[in-house]
Amino acid sequence: MMKVVAPTSSPHHKLLRLPRSIAMLLRACLIAGAAMANIAKAESITVAAYPAVDQIVREAIPAWKLIHPDVDVIIVSREFNDHHTAMTTALATRSHLPDVMVVEVGYLGRFANSGGLIDLSRAPFEAKQYSDRFVAYTLPQATAKNGELTGLPGDIGPGTLFYRHDLLQRSAVTIAQLTESWDSFVSSGLKIKAATGAYLVADARNLKDVIIRAGLKPGEGIYFDTQDKVLVNSPRFHRAFELARQIRRERLDGNVKDWTGEWSQSLRSGGVATQMMGAWLGGHLANWLAPKTKGLWRASTLPERTNIAWGGTFYTIPTKAAQPKLAYEFIQMLTLKRDRQLAAFRAQDAFPALLEAQDDAFFDQPVAFLGGQLARQLWRDEAAKIRPIPVNKLDSIAAEIVNTALDKVLNDNMPIAAALAEANRFLEYRQRKP
Amino acid sequence: MKLKSTALAPYFFLSPFLLLFAVFGIFPLLFSFYLAFQSWDPIQGIDAMYYVGLGNFRFTLGDDWFWKSLYNTLWLALVAGVPQHLVAIPLACFLQQHFKRLRNTLVGMYFLPYITSTVAIAIMFSALLSTDYGAINLLLRTLADIPLIGQLFPSQNIDWLNRPENIKPAVALVVFWRYVGFNTVLYLAALQSIPKELYEAATMDGASARQQFWKITLPQLKPMMLFGITLSVIGGLQLFEEPFILTNGQGGSDKAGMTTAMYMFKTAFEFNDFGIASAISWMLFAVIVVLTLITRYAFRERPSPPRPAH
Repeated sequence: MMKVVAPTSSPHHKLLRLPRSIAMLLRACLIAGAAMANIAKAESITVAAYPAVDQIVREAIPAWKLIHPDVDVIIVSREFNDHHTAMTTALATRSHLPDVMVVEVGYLGRFANSGGLIDLSRAPFEAKQYSDRFVAYTLPQATAKNGELTGLPGDIGPGTLFYRHDLLQRSAVTIAQLTESWDSFVSSGLKIKAATGAYLVADARNLKDVIIRAGLKPGEGIYFDTQDKVLVNSPRFHRAFELARQIRRERLDGNVKDWTGEWSQSLRSGGVATQMMGAWLGGHLANWLAPKTKGLWRASTLPERTNIAWGGTFYTIPTKAAQPKLAYEFIQMLTLKRDRQLAAFRAQDAFPALLEAQDDAFFDQPVAFLGGQLARQLWRDEAAKIRPIPVNKLDSIAAEIVNTALDKVLNDNMPIAAALAEANRFLEYRQRKP
Repeated sequence: MKLKSTALAPYFFLSPFLLLFAVFGIFPLLFSFYLAFQSWDPIQGIDAMYYVGLGNFRFTLGDDWFWKSLYNTLWLALVAGVPQHLVAIPLACFLQQHFKRLRNTLVGMYFLPYITSTVAIAIMFSALLSTDYGAINLLLRTLADIPLIGQLFPSQNIDWLNRPENIKPAVALVVFWRYVGFNTVLYLAALQSIPKELYEAATMDGASARQQFWKITLPQLKPMMLFGITLSVIGGLQLFEEPFILTNGQGGSDKAGMTTAMYMFKTAFEFNDFGIASAISWMLFAVIVVLTLITRYAFRERPSPPRPAH
């Protein structure tokens, strides 16, 4: 066996007598440190997003690199709820904030009024100049009570009624009959149930959620008016509750909550004839919820020609962002560039909030999953009619309180007036909290 | 000098733990206590915090949902907790008496649910409890078709997770299933430490198996029962994961499955009110302390009753 002769080491090395492994570790640290310093020198922006939007951002990177070859885009993606929880804590401590924060419209009311997001209407951003280029209701959604504009819209969700064309045909019900009014919706549901056995809706709660958003007077939010008066004990809610109760009593709903296993099963199997949701549900149905039902579904306006927004994505910049200017440039690319908006629509079913993207020929193409329907035109027309609804920071708890009141009506036969009066009282109590 | 450095050495070596404990243990505890007296919407940043005295506690005491969640929690702690021990003690005795070589394997199987991820368990039970496609309803339907005993079972599918009256039993079933094995292991360990001589002497005196169970086994298990029940009380009152996942984080229809820990989480992260959430957590802590003390009192050492004269 040959003896391996160690290379002569420097006297310093001998003096230090560092064990070899530690010396190597130190050297590795030095190299890594140098590498880190290099990375820090190269510019980057961080984008925090949730699924589907993270993909839209990722697909935009090549286009971004053409303008800014040396600015990297780091995407931090989390599950939808986790993302907003993480953003809540980041805003709470004003630390670990991304440069671009994606916010879903349901959270935007709270985030916009936080003071933690940059007012994009001010210099150097001046984003108000783009207000004519977006679908009309979007920028008001991102405007805080003090008039600050906190985000630009990426995509919108025009509320729509998906229905099973085949089940309607078998029941000799036309879509006009189904959607003429809420009463005709229910009576058509009875026919569908009799002919096919399918439920009209997955959950009676769905009806309530649409009806309480319809016919708002100026200055009215869903649960509160702009003066913070609680609106729950009002005709709008009474009617919504009555129709939901009728649906349950006639056994027209499966009492299945959205996004559960049973829900997707009923969408797949034809166990339910209609589903009200944002237009984006079409993509989910086609891609993973019920791909085998291709050609059986159609889309329509909601009953009684109700126009409501159902979901939507906004891009915002935290006040503590490290790279606000680059972040804004990135946001402009995602929201104001026609080709990016269309790419997101094609790949992720993210309906464009940018009006000029809505003129594309893609809108005139039939949607194969919806039996060749020109559904995108329908949604474009719907979106133009949607009006912004003022938000309140107690909206999320109000929604839960109203849902619980409806549970009591549907399950325990609590009189509607009593349930709504109780919900109203609960909310007024909430308002008095310290 | 030298003495001093050796005196400090232990703290140096302990410092990783002490540091982590201070950051993740002590600081959150103190901070939440501080928060309980503040009003704070976290989204508005740390500057938005302001002192409200006992306001959060007053608000919570008047909040119907807090009381409802507390009722749900106590119900679940009782219905999921008591059967755990009623089953675990006889089960441990059975395993102790009738299995020698297979015992560890069996105990391992009973223990398995305890070390399985809660998320996996809840997803599995969501599937089992599904109204139209779940195995539990399928089994009940099959049983209902059997003549004679069929009438004992419901002929309609039971909506386990959407009907308020069914949610709590469904959650209790999952919690029971999950922790019964853990308690069995506790009791088995205690059984193995009971001196055999006691049983031998009792047998010599002509005590029956039942008498031995009541007069030797149970009294000897008392310290372990105190330990096991205390753990059940604390764990039961902090119940969060199982109902949270089974009800999709919503607490179920009419909030019938919303425990206090869940309500606290929702208050903090959905309603963005960290002050009230902290107040809820400290009130829950008070309830846990009181119930733990009651448990200890119930298991206190009593002076043994005077022997009956012959």
